[in-house]
Amino acid sequence: MSDASPALAVSGLEVRYGGVAAVRDVSLEVGRGEIVGLVGPNGAGKSSTLMAIMGAVSPSAGDVLMGGRSIRGMRSEDIARSGIALVPEGRHIFSNLSVRENLRLGLVGRRESNGVAKDLDWIQTLFPVVKDFADRHAAALSGGQQQQLAIARALLAKPDILILDEPSLGLAPVVVQAVWEALAEINRQGVTILLVEQRAQITVSFCSRTYVMSNGQIRMTLTPGDADNTERMVSAYFAS
Amino acid sequence: MTALQYIVDGIALGAVYALVAVGLALVFGVMRLVNFAHGELITAAAYTLYLTSSWPKVFACAISLLVAVGLALLMELVIFRRLRYATPATALVTTFAVAFALEAVWLIAFGPQGKSADVLSSLNRTATHGSLHIRWVTITMVGVGAVLLAGTGLLLNRTRIGLEMRAAAADFRAARLLGVRANRVIGTAFLLGGLFAGVVALLLTATQPLVTPTFGLQITILALVGVVVGGMDRLVSATLGGFAIGFVNSLLGDVLPSSQGVFLTSFLYLLVIVVLVLRPGGVFVPGGASARVERV
Repeated sequence: MSDASPALAVSGLEVRYGGVAAVRDVSLEVGRGEIVGLVGPNGAGKSSTLMAIMGAVSPSAGDVLMGGRSIRGMRSEDIARSGIALVPEGRHIFSNLSVRENLRLGLVGRRESNGVAKDLDWIQTLFPVVKDFADRHAAALSGGQQQQLAIARALLAKPDILILDEPSLGLAPVVVQAVWEALAEINRQGVTILLVEQRAQITVSFCSRTYVMSNGQIRMTLTPGDADNTERMVSAYFAS
Repeated sequence: MTALQYIVDGIALGAVYALVAVGLALVFGVMRLVNFAHGELITAAAYTLYLTSSWPKVFACAISLLVAVGLALLMELVIFRRLRYATPATALVTTFAVAFALEAVWLIAFGPQGKSADVLSSLNRTATHGSLHIRWVTITMVGVGAVLLAGTGLLLNRTRIGLEMRAAAADFRAARLLGVRANRVIGTAFLLGGLFAGVVALLLTATQPLVTPTFGLQITILALVGVVVGGMDRLVSATLGGFAIGFVNSLLGDVLPSSQGVFLTSFLYLLVIVVLVLRPGGVFVPGGASARVERV
Protein backbone atom coordinates (compact mmCIF):
# COMPACT_ATOMS: atom_id res chain seq x y z
CA MET A 1 0.00 0.00 0.00
CA SER A 2 1.48 3.38 -0.98
CA ASP A 3 1.61 5.68 2.06
CA ALA A 4 0.43 8.83 0.29
CA SER A 5 -2.73 7.38 -1.16
CA PRO A 6 -5.96 6.86 0.79
CA ALA A 7 -6.68 3.42 2.22
CA LEU A 8 -9.73 3.14 -0.02
CA ALA A 9 -10.89 5.32 -2.88
CA VAL A 10 -13.91 4.88 -5.10
CA SER A 11 -14.19 7.05 -8.19
CA GLY A 12 -17.04 7.44 -10.66
CA LEU A 13 -18.55 4.13 -9.64
CA GLU A 14 -21.62 2.94 -11.46
CA VAL A 15 -23.52 -0.28 -10.78
CA ARG A 16 -26.38 -1.42 -12.98
CA TYR A 17 -28.84 -4.27 -12.54
CA GLY A 18 -30.17 -4.84 -16.03
CA GLY A 19 -31.16 -1.39 -17.26
CA VAL A 20 -31.50 0.11 -13.79
CA ALA A 21 -28.63 2.12 -12.32
CA ALA A 22 -28.42 1.37 -8.59
CA VAL A 23 -25.23 3.40 -8.12
CA ARG A 24 -24.37 6.46 -10.24
CA ASP A 25 -21.05 8.27 -10.35
CA VAL A 26 -20.18 7.58 -6.74
CA SER A 27 -16.82 8.80 -5.50
CA LEU A 28 -15.61 8.55 -1.94
CA GLU A 29 -12.37 8.28 0.00
CA VAL A 30 -11.39 6.68 3.27
CA GLY A 31 -8.07 7.88 4.65
CA ARG A 32 -5.72 5.65 6.59
CA GLY A 33 -6.89 5.21 10.16
CA GLU A 34 -10.14 7.09 9.54
CA ILE A 35 -13.69 6.07 10.38
CA VAL A 36 -15.84 7.19 7.48
CA GLY A 37 -19.60 6.80 7.34
CA LEU A 38 -21.95 6.20 4.45
CA VAL A 39 -25.60 6.78 5.27
CA GLY A 40 -28.78 6.78 3.28
CA PRO A 41 -32.31 5.38 3.25
CA ASN A 42 -33.28 1.91 2.04
CA GLY A 43 -32.53 1.48 -1.66
CA ALA A 44 -30.05 4.37 -1.73
CA GLY A 45 -27.38 2.12 -3.24
CA LYS A 46 -25.17 1.70 -0.16
CA SER A 47 -24.99 -2.09 -0.22
CA SER A 48 -24.52 -2.13 -4.01
CA THR A 49 -21.55 0.21 -3.54
CA LEU A 50 -20.07 -2.15 -0.97
CA MET A 51 -20.70 -5.20 -3.15
CA ALA A 52 -18.89 -3.46 -6.01
CA ILE A 53 -15.95 -2.61 -3.72
CA MET A 54 -15.79 -6.27 -2.64
CA GLY A 55 -16.01 -7.61 -6.19
CA ALA A 56 -19.33 -9.33 -5.61
CA VAL A 57 -20.98 -7.29 -8.39
CA SER A 58 -19.24 -5.89 -11.48
CA PRO A 59 -19.36 -2.12 -11.79
CA SER A 60 -20.29 -0.84 -15.23
CA ALA A 61 -18.03 2.20 -14.78
CA GLY A 62 -15.56 3.70 -12.34
CA ASP A 63 -12.73 2.31 -10.28
CA VAL A 64 -11.96 1.07 -6.78
CA LEU A 65 -8.49 1.70 -5.41
CA MET A 66 -6.98 0.16 -2.33
CA GLY A 67 -3.87 2.01 -1.25
CA GLY A 68 -3.65 3.48 -4.75
CA ARG A 69 -3.90 0.09 -6.48
CA SER A 70 -6.96 -0.78 -8.53
CA ILE A 71 -8.89 -3.78 -7.27
CA ARG A 72 -11.68 -3.48 -9.82
CA GLY A 73 -12.23 -6.80 -11.60
CA MET A 74 -10.59 -8.83 -8.85
CA ARG A 75 -12.52 -11.80 -7.44
CA SER A 76 -14.22 -11.39 -4.05
CA GLU A 77 -11.91 -13.90 -2.42
CA ASP A 78 -8.80 -12.14 -3.70
CA ILE A 79 -10.05 -8.77 -2.46
CA ALA A 80 -10.77 -10.33 0.95
CA ARG A 81 -7.24 -11.74 0.97
CA SER A 82 -5.71 -8.38 0.09
CA GLY A 83 -6.71 -6.71 3.36
CA ILE A 84 -10.36 -5.64 3.16
CA ALA A 85 -12.80 -7.41 5.46
CA LEU A 86 -16.55 -7.01 5.11
CA VAL A 87 -19.13 -7.54 7.83
CA PRO A 88 -22.13 -7.96 5.55
CA GLU A 89 -25.66 -6.80 6.13
CA GLY A 90 -27.55 -9.50 8.00
CA ARG A 91 -24.19 -10.75 9.38
CA HIS A 92 -24.16 -13.91 7.24
CA ILE A 93 -23.08 -16.06 10.12
CA PHE A 94 -22.88 -19.74 9.15
CA SER A 95 -25.62 -21.13 11.34
CA ASN A 96 -24.62 -24.74 10.58
CA LEU A 97 -21.19 -24.14 12.14
CA SER A 98 -20.11 -23.53 15.71
CA VAL A 99 -18.98 -20.12 16.94
CA ARG A 100 -15.38 -21.38 16.97
CA GLU A 101 -15.67 -22.61 13.36
CA ASN A 102 -17.20 -19.33 12.24
CA LEU A 103 -14.29 -17.54 13.84
CA ARG A 104 -11.75 -19.86 12.19
CA LEU A 105 -13.16 -18.87 8.81
CA GLY A 106 -11.78 -15.41 9.48
CA LEU A 107 -8.30 -16.88 9.16
CA VAL A 108 -8.95 -17.81 5.53
CA GLY A 109 -8.49 -14.22 4.38
CA ARG A 110 -5.55 -13.50 6.69
CA ARG A 111 -2.35 -12.54 4.91
CA GLU A 112 0.11 -13.39 7.68
CA SER A 113 0.17 -16.51 9.79
CA ASN A 114 2.05 -15.06 12.78
CA GLY A 115 0.37 -13.25 15.63
CA VAL A 116 -2.90 -15.21 15.47
CA ALA A 117 -2.92 -16.08 19.18
CA LYS A 118 -2.27 -12.46 20.20
CA ASP A 119 -5.01 -11.16 17.89
CA LEU A 120 -7.40 -13.82 19.14
CA ASP A 121 -6.76 -12.75 22.74
CA TRP A 122 -7.54 -9.15 21.85
CA ILE A 123 -10.67 -10.14 19.91
CA GLN A 124 -11.89 -12.32 22.79
CA THR A 125 -11.39 -9.42 25.18
CA LEU A 126 -13.31 -7.14 22.85
CA PHE A 127 -16.09 -9.68 22.27
CA PRO A 128 -16.13 -12.20 25.17
CA VAL A 129 -19.08 -13.98 23.54
CA VAL A 130 -16.79 -15.66 20.98
CA LYS A 131 -14.89 -17.30 23.83
CA ASP A 132 -17.78 -17.94 26.22
CA PHE A 133 -19.96 -19.62 23.56
CA ALA A 134 -17.17 -21.04 21.36
CA ASP A 135 -18.71 -24.50 21.12
CA ARG A 136 -22.30 -23.38 20.58
CA HIS A 137 -23.98 -23.44 17.23
CA ALA A 138 -23.87 -19.93 15.82
CA ALA A 139 -27.62 -20.14 15.20
CA ALA A 140 -28.15 -20.25 18.96
CA LEU A 141 -26.69 -16.76 19.45
CA SER A 142 -28.84 -13.65 19.76
CA GLY A 143 -28.76 -10.99 17.04
CA GLY A 144 -26.33 -8.85 19.00
CA GLN A 145 -24.05 -11.79 19.71
CA GLN A 146 -24.10 -12.78 16.04
CA GLN A 147 -23.11 -9.24 15.12
CA GLN A 148 -20.19 -9.41 17.52
CA LEU A 149 -19.18 -12.77 16.06
CA ALA A 150 -19.33 -11.34 12.52
CA ILE A 151 -17.05 -8.45 13.50
CA ALA A 152 -14.72 -10.76 15.42
CA ARG A 153 -14.49 -13.06 12.39
CA ALA A 154 -13.62 -10.13 10.15
CA LEU A 155 -10.97 -8.91 12.60
CA LEU A 156 -9.24 -12.28 12.70
CA ALA A 157 -8.34 -11.67 9.05
CA LYS A 158 -6.24 -8.74 10.37
CA PRO A 159 -7.59 -6.35 7.75
CA ASP A 160 -6.25 -2.91 6.92
CA ILE A 161 -9.81 -1.83 6.13
CA LEU A 162 -12.95 -3.02 7.90
CA ILE A 163 -16.24 -2.40 6.12
CA LEU A 164 -19.47 -2.84 8.04
CA ASP A 165 -22.86 -2.90 6.36
CA GLU A 166 -25.59 -1.81 8.77
CA PRO A 167 -24.14 -3.38 11.92
CA SER A 168 -26.89 -1.85 14.07
CA LEU A 169 -29.73 -3.38 12.05
CA GLY A 170 -32.22 -5.12 14.34
CA LEU A 171 -30.19 -4.54 17.50
CA ALA A 172 -31.36 -3.03 20.78
CA PRO A 173 -29.91 0.44 21.55
CA VAL A 174 -27.77 -0.88 24.39
CA VAL A 175 -26.23 -3.48 22.07
CA VAL A 176 -25.67 -0.86 19.37
CA GLN A 177 -23.77 1.23 21.93
CA ALA A 178 -21.56 -1.76 22.76
CA VAL A 179 -20.86 -2.38 19.07
CA TRP A 180 -19.99 1.30 18.56
CA GLU A 181 -17.57 1.23 21.50
CA ALA A 182 -15.93 -1.85 20.04
CA LEU A 183 -15.57 -0.13 16.67
CA ALA A 184 -13.90 2.84 18.32
CA GLU A 185 -11.43 0.50 20.02
CA ILE A 186 -10.78 -1.36 16.73
CA ASN A 187 -10.08 1.98 15.06
CA ARG A 188 -7.66 2.94 17.86
CA GLN A 189 -5.69 -0.18 16.96
CA GLY A 190 -5.11 1.30 13.50
CA VAL A 191 -7.85 -0.34 11.48
CA THR A 192 -9.47 1.93 8.88
CA ILE A 193 -13.27 1.69 9.00
CA LEU A 194 -16.01 2.34 6.46
CA LEU A 195 -19.30 2.24 8.30
CA VAL A 196 -22.51 1.96 6.28
CA GLU A 197 -25.64 2.75 8.24
CA GLN A 198 -29.22 3.92 8.10
CA ARG A 199 -29.09 5.59 11.52
CA ALA A 200 -27.80 8.91 10.31
CA GLN A 201 -27.43 10.99 13.46
CA ILE A 202 -25.40 8.49 15.48
CA THR A 203 -23.23 7.69 12.45
CA VAL A 204 -22.52 11.33 11.62
CA SER A 205 -21.50 12.06 15.21
CA PHE A 206 -19.33 8.92 15.37
CA CYS A 207 -17.43 9.18 12.07
CA SER A 208 -14.85 11.78 11.06
CA ARG A 209 -16.75 12.27 7.78
CA THR A 210 -20.02 10.83 6.56
CA TYR A 211 -21.18 10.61 2.98
CA VAL A 212 -24.92 10.86 2.46
CA MET A 213 -26.31 8.76 -0.35
CA SER A 214 -29.74 8.68 -1.93
CA ASN A 215 -31.07 7.43 -5.24
CA GLY A 216 -27.71 5.91 -6.08
CA GLN A 217 -25.70 9.12 -5.70
CA ILE A 218 -23.60 10.83 -3.04
CA ARG A 219 -25.53 14.00 -2.12
CA MET A 220 -23.25 15.60 0.46
CA THR A 221 -20.64 15.03 3.11
CA LEU A 222 -21.34 15.72 6.76
CA THR A 223 -19.02 16.15 9.72
CA PRO A 224 -19.71 15.43 13.41
CA GLY A 225 -20.67 19.08 13.84
CA ASP A 226 -23.67 18.49 11.57
CA ALA A 227 -25.09 15.74 13.79
CA ASP A 228 -27.28 18.17 15.69
CA ASN A 229 -28.30 20.14 12.60
CA THR A 230 -31.59 18.35 12.05
CA GLU A 231 -32.62 20.43 9.08
CA ARG A 232 -29.41 19.72 7.18
CA MET A 233 -29.59 16.02 8.07
CA VAL A 234 -33.18 15.70 6.87
CA SER A 235 -32.55 17.58 3.62
CA ALA A 236 -29.47 15.43 2.94
CA TYR A 237 -31.33 12.22 3.67
CA PHE A 238 -34.33 12.88 1.52
CA ALA A 239 -32.63 14.73 -1.33
CA SER A 240 -33.59 13.36 -4.73
CA MET B 1 -31.12 -67.46 2.77
CA THR B 2 -31.38 -66.07 6.30
CA ALA B 3 -32.58 -62.64 7.33
CA LEU B 4 -29.02 -61.88 8.45
CA GLN B 5 -27.78 -62.73 4.96
CA TYR B 6 -30.30 -60.25 3.47
CA ILE B 7 -29.18 -57.56 5.88
CA VAL B 8 -25.46 -58.07 5.20
CA ASP B 9 -26.05 -57.95 1.43
CA GLY B 10 -28.20 -54.85 1.89
CA ILE B 11 -25.55 -53.07 3.94
CA ALA B 12 -22.91 -53.84 1.29
CA LEU B 13 -24.96 -52.51 -1.61
CA GLY B 14 -26.12 -49.61 0.56
CA ALA B 15 -22.48 -48.68 1.18
CA VAL B 16 -21.78 -48.55 -2.56
CA TYR B 17 -24.86 -46.42 -3.21
CA ALA B 18 -23.86 -44.17 -0.31
CA LEU B 19 -20.51 -43.53 -2.01
CA VAL B 20 -22.29 -42.47 -5.20
CA ALA B 21 -24.64 -40.31 -3.10
CA VAL B 22 -21.73 -38.59 -1.33
CA GLY B 23 -20.12 -37.78 -4.68
CA LEU B 24 -23.37 -36.25 -5.94
CA ALA B 25 -24.12 -34.43 -2.69
CA LEU B 26 -20.64 -32.89 -2.32
CA VAL B 27 -20.91 -31.27 -5.75
CA PHE B 28 -24.53 -30.28 -5.16
CA GLY B 29 -23.57 -28.77 -1.80
CA VAL B 30 -21.01 -26.31 -3.16
CA MET B 31 -22.45 -25.70 -6.64
CA ARG B 32 -26.17 -26.44 -6.33
CA LEU B 33 -25.58 -28.62 -9.39
CA VAL B 34 -27.20 -32.02 -9.82
CA ASN B 35 -24.43 -33.70 -11.77
CA PHE B 36 -26.21 -36.25 -13.89
CA ALA B 37 -22.86 -36.95 -15.61
CA HIS B 38 -21.48 -38.46 -12.39
CA GLY B 39 -22.34 -41.92 -13.69
CA GLU B 40 -19.99 -41.45 -16.63
CA LEU B 41 -17.09 -41.20 -14.19
CA ILE B 42 -18.02 -44.66 -12.97
CA THR B 43 -18.27 -45.94 -16.54
CA ALA B 44 -14.93 -44.34 -17.48
CA ALA B 45 -13.19 -46.01 -14.53
CA ALA B 46 -14.82 -49.35 -15.38
CA TYR B 47 -13.69 -49.20 -19.03
CA THR B 48 -10.19 -48.26 -17.84
CA LEU B 49 -10.24 -51.38 -15.71
CA TYR B 50 -11.16 -53.37 -18.83
CA LEU B 51 -8.32 -51.78 -20.83
CA THR B 52 -5.78 -52.43 -18.08
CA SER B 53 -7.08 -55.85 -17.06
CA SER B 54 -3.84 -57.54 -18.14
CA TRP B 55 -1.77 -55.26 -15.88
CA PRO B 56 -0.99 -55.99 -12.24
CA LYS B 57 -4.19 -55.48 -10.24
CA VAL B 58 -2.81 -52.63 -8.14
CA PHE B 59 -1.77 -50.62 -11.19
CA ALA B 60 -5.04 -51.32 -13.00
CA CYS B 61 -7.04 -50.11 -9.98
CA ALA B 62 -4.83 -47.06 -9.45
CA ILE B 63 -5.08 -46.00 -13.11
CA SER B 64 -8.87 -46.44 -13.02
CA LEU B 65 -9.13 -44.19 -9.98
CA LEU B 66 -6.87 -41.60 -11.63
CA VAL B 67 -9.00 -41.62 -14.79
CA ALA B 68 -12.20 -41.04 -12.79
CA VAL B 69 -10.60 -38.21 -10.79
CA GLY B 70 -9.01 -36.70 -13.90
CA LEU B 71 -12.27 -36.79 -15.85
CA ALA B 72 -14.16 -35.23 -12.92
CA LEU B 73 -11.65 -32.37 -12.70
CA LEU B 74 -11.72 -31.94 -16.48
CA MET B 75 -15.53 -31.71 -16.46
CA GLU B 76 -15.35 -29.03 -13.78
CA LEU B 77 -12.59 -27.07 -15.48
CA VAL B 78 -13.85 -27.17 -19.05
CA ILE B 79 -17.62 -27.21 -18.63
CA PHE B 80 -19.09 -26.61 -15.19
CA ARG B 81 -16.78 -23.72 -14.23
CA ARG B 82 -18.37 -21.73 -17.01
CA LEU B 83 -21.85 -22.54 -15.72
CA ARG B 84 -21.49 -21.24 -12.17
CA TYR B 85 -23.75 -18.29 -12.85
CA ALA B 86 -26.13 -20.15 -15.16
CA THR B 87 -29.68 -20.95 -14.11
CA PRO B 88 -30.20 -24.33 -12.39
CA ALA B 89 -32.17 -25.54 -15.43
CA THR B 90 -29.33 -24.66 -17.83
CA ALA B 91 -26.78 -26.35 -15.60
CA LEU B 92 -28.93 -29.47 -15.24
CA VAL B 93 -29.52 -29.77 -18.98
CA THR B 94 -25.77 -29.38 -19.53
CA THR B 95 -25.05 -32.29 -17.19
CA PHE B 96 -27.53 -34.37 -19.22
CA ALA B 97 -25.72 -33.34 -22.41
CA VAL B 98 -22.33 -34.26 -20.94
CA ALA B 99 -23.67 -37.62 -19.78
CA PHE B 100 -25.18 -38.54 -23.14
CA ALA B 101 -22.17 -37.24 -25.08
CA LEU B 102 -19.84 -39.41 -23.02
CA GLU B 103 -22.20 -42.35 -23.38
CA ALA B 104 -21.94 -41.91 -27.16
CA VAL B 105 -18.14 -41.86 -26.84
CA TRP B 106 -18.20 -45.17 -24.94
CA LEU B 107 -20.52 -46.63 -27.58
CA ILE B 108 -18.23 -45.58 -30.44
CA ALA B 109 -15.06 -46.65 -28.65
CA PHE B 110 -16.20 -49.94 -27.13
CA GLY B 111 -19.42 -50.89 -28.96
CA PRO B 112 -22.76 -51.88 -27.46
CA GLN B 113 -21.55 -55.31 -26.31
CA GLY B 114 -20.23 -55.54 -22.79
CA LYS B 115 -16.49 -55.65 -22.14
CA SER B 116 -15.19 -57.74 -19.30
CA ALA B 117 -13.32 -55.81 -16.61
CA ASP B 118 -12.50 -59.01 -14.78
CA VAL B 119 -9.82 -57.67 -12.46
CA LEU B 120 -11.24 -58.09 -8.98
CA SER B 121 -13.36 -61.21 -9.57
CA SER B 122 -11.30 -63.10 -6.97
CA LEU B 123 -13.28 -61.11 -4.39
CA ASN B 124 -16.30 -63.26 -5.27
CA ARG B 125 -14.94 -66.13 -3.22
CA THR B 126 -17.25 -66.96 -0.35
CA ALA B 127 -16.53 -67.04 3.33
CA THR B 128 -19.00 -69.31 5.15
CA HIS B 129 -19.98 -69.01 8.77
CA GLY B 130 -22.78 -71.43 9.69
CA SER B 131 -25.69 -70.73 7.36
CA LEU B 132 -24.21 -67.33 6.50
CA HIS B 133 -22.37 -67.11 3.17
CA ILE B 134 -20.55 -63.86 2.68
CA ARG B 135 -18.54 -63.05 -0.41
CA TRP B 136 -15.32 -61.15 0.15
CA VAL B 137 -16.58 -58.44 -2.15
CA THR B 138 -19.45 -57.85 0.30
CA ILE B 139 -17.00 -57.45 3.16
CA THR B 140 -14.85 -55.19 0.97
CA MET B 141 -17.85 -53.01 0.05
CA VAL B 142 -18.80 -52.53 3.69
CA GLY B 143 -15.19 -51.92 4.77
CA VAL B 144 -14.27 -49.54 1.94
CA GLY B 145 -17.60 -47.70 2.24
CA ALA B 146 -17.15 -47.25 5.99
CA VAL B 147 -13.55 -46.06 5.67
CA LEU B 148 -14.30 -43.59 2.87
CA LEU B 149 -17.41 -42.19 4.52
CA ALA B 150 -15.59 -41.83 7.85
CA GLY B 151 -12.68 -40.22 6.00
CA THR B 152 -15.05 -37.76 4.34
CA GLY B 153 -16.53 -36.93 7.73
CA LEU B 154 -13.04 -36.28 9.14
CA LEU B 155 -12.05 -34.20 6.13
CA LEU B 156 -15.14 -32.03 6.40
CA ASN B 157 -15.03 -31.63 10.17
CA ARG B 158 -11.34 -31.58 11.00
CA THR B 159 -9.57 -29.82 8.13
CA ARG B 160 -9.50 -26.28 6.84
CA ILE B 161 -10.64 -27.25 3.34
CA GLY B 162 -13.50 -29.18 4.97
CA LEU B 163 -14.53 -26.11 6.94
CA GLU B 164 -14.37 -24.00 3.80
CA MET B 165 -16.51 -26.56 1.94
CA ARG B 166 -19.13 -26.56 4.70
CA ALA B 167 -19.21 -22.78 4.74
CA ALA B 168 -19.44 -22.63 0.94
CA ALA B 169 -22.27 -25.18 0.97
CA ALA B 170 -24.21 -23.01 3.43
CA ASP B 171 -23.60 -19.61 1.80
CA PHE B 172 -21.12 -19.49 -1.06
CA ARG B 173 -21.18 -15.73 -1.50
CA ALA B 174 -20.51 -15.06 2.17
CA ALA B 175 -17.71 -17.64 2.14
CA ARG B 176 -16.05 -15.97 -0.85
CA LEU B 177 -16.28 -12.60 0.88
CA LEU B 178 -14.21 -14.14 3.67
CA GLY B 179 -11.54 -15.26 1.22
CA VAL B 180 -12.68 -18.83 0.51
CA ARG B 181 -11.44 -19.67 -2.97
CA ALA B 182 -14.33 -20.89 -5.12
CA ASN B 183 -12.12 -22.87 -7.51
CA ARG B 184 -10.38 -24.72 -4.69
CA VAL B 185 -13.59 -25.67 -2.90
CA ILE B 186 -15.47 -26.74 -6.03
CA GLY B 187 -12.39 -28.52 -7.39
CA THR B 188 -12.08 -30.50 -4.16
CA ALA B 189 -15.74 -31.50 -4.35
CA PHE B 190 -15.27 -32.78 -7.91
CA LEU B 191 -12.01 -34.51 -6.97
CA LEU B 192 -13.70 -36.40 -4.14
CA GLY B 193 -16.69 -37.17 -6.36
CA GLY B 194 -14.34 -38.59 -9.00
CA LEU B 195 -12.43 -40.63 -6.43
CA PHE B 196 -15.63 -42.13 -5.04
CA ALA B 197 -16.91 -42.85 -8.55
CA GLY B 198 -13.67 -44.70 -9.28
CA VAL B 199 -13.98 -46.76 -6.10
CA VAL B 200 -17.61 -47.58 -6.96
CA ALA B 201 -16.47 -48.78 -10.39
CA LEU B 202 -13.90 -51.11 -8.78
CA LEU B 203 -16.48 -52.53 -6.38
CA LEU B 204 -19.20 -52.92 -9.02
CA THR B 205 -16.96 -54.62 -11.59
CA ALA B 206 -16.05 -57.16 -8.92
CA THR B 207 -19.69 -58.30 -8.84
CA GLN B 208 -20.75 -57.53 -12.42
CA PRO B 209 -17.61 -57.36 -14.61
CA LEU B 210 -19.48 -56.77 -17.89
CA VAL B 211 -19.09 -53.07 -18.66
CA THR B 212 -21.53 -51.44 -21.09
CA PRO B 213 -21.92 -47.76 -22.11
CA THR B 214 -24.69 -47.37 -19.48
CA PHE B 215 -22.74 -49.11 -16.71
CA GLY B 216 -22.70 -46.13 -14.33
CA LEU B 217 -26.05 -44.69 -15.32
CA GLN B 218 -28.47 -46.97 -13.46
CA ILE B 219 -26.71 -46.74 -10.10
CA THR B 220 -26.38 -42.96 -10.46
CA ILE B 221 -30.08 -42.48 -11.15
CA LEU B 222 -31.02 -44.66 -8.20
CA ALA B 223 -28.46 -42.97 -5.94
CA LEU B 224 -29.78 -39.59 -7.05
CA VAL B 225 -33.27 -40.73 -6.10
CA GLY B 226 -31.81 -41.79 -2.74
CA VAL B 227 -30.19 -38.38 -2.29
CA VAL B 228 -33.52 -36.63 -2.90
CA VAL B 229 -35.40 -39.07 -0.67
CA GLY B 230 -32.84 -38.64 2.10
CA GLY B 231 -32.66 -34.88 1.84
CA MET B 232 -30.45 -33.15 -0.68
CA ASP B 233 -29.38 -30.12 1.34
CA ARG B 234 -27.40 -32.00 3.95
CA LEU B 235 -24.54 -34.36 3.24
CA VAL B 236 -25.47 -36.75 6.04
CA SER B 237 -29.12 -37.03 5.00
CA ALA B 238 -28.14 -37.41 1.33
CA THR B 239 -25.67 -40.16 2.21
CA LEU B 240 -28.23 -41.96 4.37
CA GLY B 241 -30.71 -41.66 1.49
CA GLY B 242 -28.20 -43.23 -0.88
CA PHE B 243 -27.51 -45.99 1.61
CA ALA B 244 -31.23 -46.61 2.15
CA ILE B 245 -32.00 -46.91 -1.55
CA GLY B 246 -29.13 -49.38 -2.01
CA PHE B 247 -30.23 -51.35 1.03
CA VAL B 248 -33.87 -51.53 -0.07
CA ASN B 249 -32.81 -52.37 -3.63
CA SER B 250 -30.75 -55.29 -2.36
CA LEU B 251 -33.46 -56.41 0.02
CA LEU B 252 -36.19 -56.35 -2.64
CA GLY B 253 -33.87 -58.24 -5.00
CA ASP B 254 -33.38 -60.90 -2.36
CA VAL B 255 -36.96 -61.33 -1.17
CA LEU B 256 -38.90 -60.92 -4.41
CA PRO B 257 -39.55 -64.23 -6.15
CA SER B 258 -37.23 -64.56 -9.17
CA SER B 259 -40.29 -64.48 -11.49
CA GLN B 260 -41.07 -61.00 -10.20
CA GLY B 261 -37.50 -59.72 -10.36
CA VAL B 262 -38.36 -57.56 -13.36
CA PHE B 263 -40.72 -55.57 -11.13
CA LEU B 264 -37.94 -54.65 -8.69
CA THR B 265 -37.40 -51.17 -10.08
CA SER B 266 -41.15 -50.52 -10.19
CA PHE B 267 -41.52 -51.51 -6.53
CA LEU B 268 -38.57 -49.30 -5.64
CA TYR B 269 -39.93 -46.23 -7.37
CA LEU B 270 -43.41 -46.85 -5.96
CA LEU B 271 -41.83 -46.82 -2.51
CA VAL B 272 -39.98 -43.62 -3.38
CA ILE B 273 -43.21 -41.90 -4.47
CA VAL B 274 -44.94 -42.86 -1.22
CA VAL B 275 -41.98 -41.65 0.83
CA LEU B 276 -41.69 -38.33 -1.02
CA VAL B 277 -45.42 -37.65 -0.71
CA LEU B 278 -45.21 -38.22 3.04
CA ARG B 279 -41.87 -36.44 3.59
CA PRO B 280 -41.14 -34.14 0.65
CA GLY B 281 -38.20 -32.44 2.39
CA GLY B 282 -36.35 -35.70 2.91
CA VAL B 283 -36.66 -38.74 5.15
CA PHE B 284 -33.54 -37.94 7.15
CA VAL B 285 -34.07 -34.19 7.44
CA PRO B 286 -35.66 -32.90 10.65
CA GLY B 287 -38.99 -31.37 9.67
CA GLY B 288 -38.79 -33.01 6.24
CA ALA B 289 -42.49 -33.79 6.34
CA SER B 290 -43.39 -30.11 6.33
CA ALA B 291 -40.92 -28.81 3.74
CA ARG B 292 -42.74 -26.68 1.19
CA VAL B 293 -41.64 -24.84 -1.93
CA GLU B 294 -44.07 -22.39 -3.49
CA ARG B 295 -44.57 -23.35 -7.15
CA VAL B 296 -47.63 -21.46 -8.31
